[in-house]
Amino acid sequence: MEAVDGNAIGGLLQEVFGTEMTAAGSVCGNCGAARQVAELAVYAYAHAPGTVVRCPSCDSVLMVFVKIHDRTCVDLLGLAALG
Amino acid sequence: MAGTAVRRRLTWQVAKVTAVTVETASVRTITLDVPGWPGHQAGQHVDIRLTDEDGYVAERSYSIASAPGEPVALTVERLDDGEVSPYLTDELRAGDDLELRGPIGGYFVWEPDDGGPLLLLAGGSGVVPLRSILRHRERTGSTVPVRLLYSSRTLNDVIYRNELDIPTAGVEVIQTLTRHQPPGWAGYARRVDAALLAEVAWPAAAMPLTYVCGPTSFVEAVSQDLVQSGYRPERVKTERFGGTGGT
Amino acid sequence: MAGLGLGKMAVMSPVSRGFHRRRQDPAANAGRVPPGQYVTEDFPVLSAGPTPHTALDRWSFSVGRRGQQKTWSWAEFRDLPSQDVTVDIHCVTKWSKLDTAWQGVSVDTLLDLAGRDGPFALAHCDGGYTTNLPVEDLTGGKAWVAYAYDGRPLEPEHGGPARLLVPHLYFWKSAKWVRSLELHDTNDPGFWENYGYHIYGDPWREQRYAGD
Repeated sequence: MEAVDGNAIGGLLQEVFGTEMTAAGSVCGNCGAARQVAELAVYAYAHAPGTVVRCPSCDSVLMVFVKIHDRTCVDLLGLAALG
Repeated sequence: MAGTAVRRRLTWQVAKVTAVTVETASVRTITLDVPGWPGHQAGQHVDIRLTDEDGYVAERSYSIASAPGEPVALTVERLDDGEVSPYLTDELRAGDDLELRGPIGGYFVWEPDDGGPLLLLAGGSGVVPLRSILRHRERTGSTVPVRLLYSSRTLNDVIYRNELDIPTAGVEVIQTLTRHQPPGWAGYARRVDAALLAEVAWPAAAMPLTYVCGPTSFVEAVSQDLVQSGYRPERVKTERFGGTGGT
Repeated sequence: MAGLGLGKMAVMSPVSRGFHRRRQDPAANAGRVPPGQYVTEDFPVLSAGPTPHTALDRWSFSVGRRGQQKTWSWAEFRDLPSQDVTVDIHCVTKWSKLDTAWQGVSVDTLLDLAGRDGPFALAHCDGGYTTNLPVEDLTGGKAWVAYAYDGRPLEPEHGGPARLLVPHLYFWKSAKWVRSLELHDTNDPGFWENYGYHIYGDPWREQRYAGD
């Protein structure tokens, strides 16, 4: 099973942030790599506990989305910058 | 651009299936009537959502195969062990409802003003959003030169085959069949590699705008080869479909 | 909606004509399926990150407090007494798979050799995944470090060379690519527990999320 990229969570991102985010810039809090969100590595399987977005350069976790009951929770602590 | 200037909330809505057409043995194009559709950009996708009688929900994303201005159409490949794709290709029919939200995406999109020359690289069903780009180019009368390099397993797997065979000014379609080629095949007969790209891709000096779409391993290998050959990374846009291996 | 606890669902999506999840006959599995789960024949592959590929000659497994662990190489690990077990597994994302067959070393065996300590354990895995469990839930024949599934060596995508197997808890606790059980005084949350999943995870009490 291979990872997909930030394009695949475009709908989720728009739902959470209220705007298109795949073209937004991001900076990895661990290694400083700068990429558009569409180019990040996304582990988002149909039956997974959550969606994990990682830096393709260092595999560091940048964002985690978890659906808890009817609420989508998002953790962005792995990012140094977004937007 | 109609529709994109409006910050429209992304909500789920029910669309009506107007047609299901056969592309290949395992691929169908589903045409939809989407009430209040604000229009879309070439390269965007929709999320679709299926719900069964017990409330079980399955969600997937599919690229829009049609150009802006055409009815929304999705091209879906049936995956043997898929949970959703066999339903869309084998069960869904005209008159059915399909819940979706969209259009989605702002990175893997092309407008004529973005220019070129365009290099489109398709691995299998990765051709779907690139076909939307080609149709948009055609409908707007854009003269941006395009090369589409399209990798499929066999000739029978080539989606939009008749459409791609129509000679179009400024568009070169180069095909490679990786598993089996028919007698007399004049195209390439192997996986896309650096040597093949060197023959087919625009020279880096032309500052091409590139869109690569397909299985993750295909996209990674091809985009790496292009950047190594001098392509500017910020002008190589990628969309990874996941999957378990090459085309 | 018989048999499915969907919790609080405010608005139902319209039903898609003719769509149904792959499922087994619910009546056949009465009593074996925790609330809110459905039975699948598949074995979905899920991960929070890239699949590690650790060579067996560099693999090791450790148990104990940090700095005082007992460590086995692959060859030493495979020399330990192993068990063949058939268990039902339950994923927090609602799929359950019945009668899954594994081979592995009982965690009881490992703790007997390393020294039973605790009361809590944090499983560490290649790729950085972690999950926490009370030592009590790893002992008494309830847990294994498994290296074979369905009679074959465990594939990397399913957690090979070896994964934790703790079938009485939600399957996120059965950590893939496990490399150590670090014993702690406190119940320190692992990866998914940190993001809102339940600290314990009993499927029979539907403990999916913190506070459930």
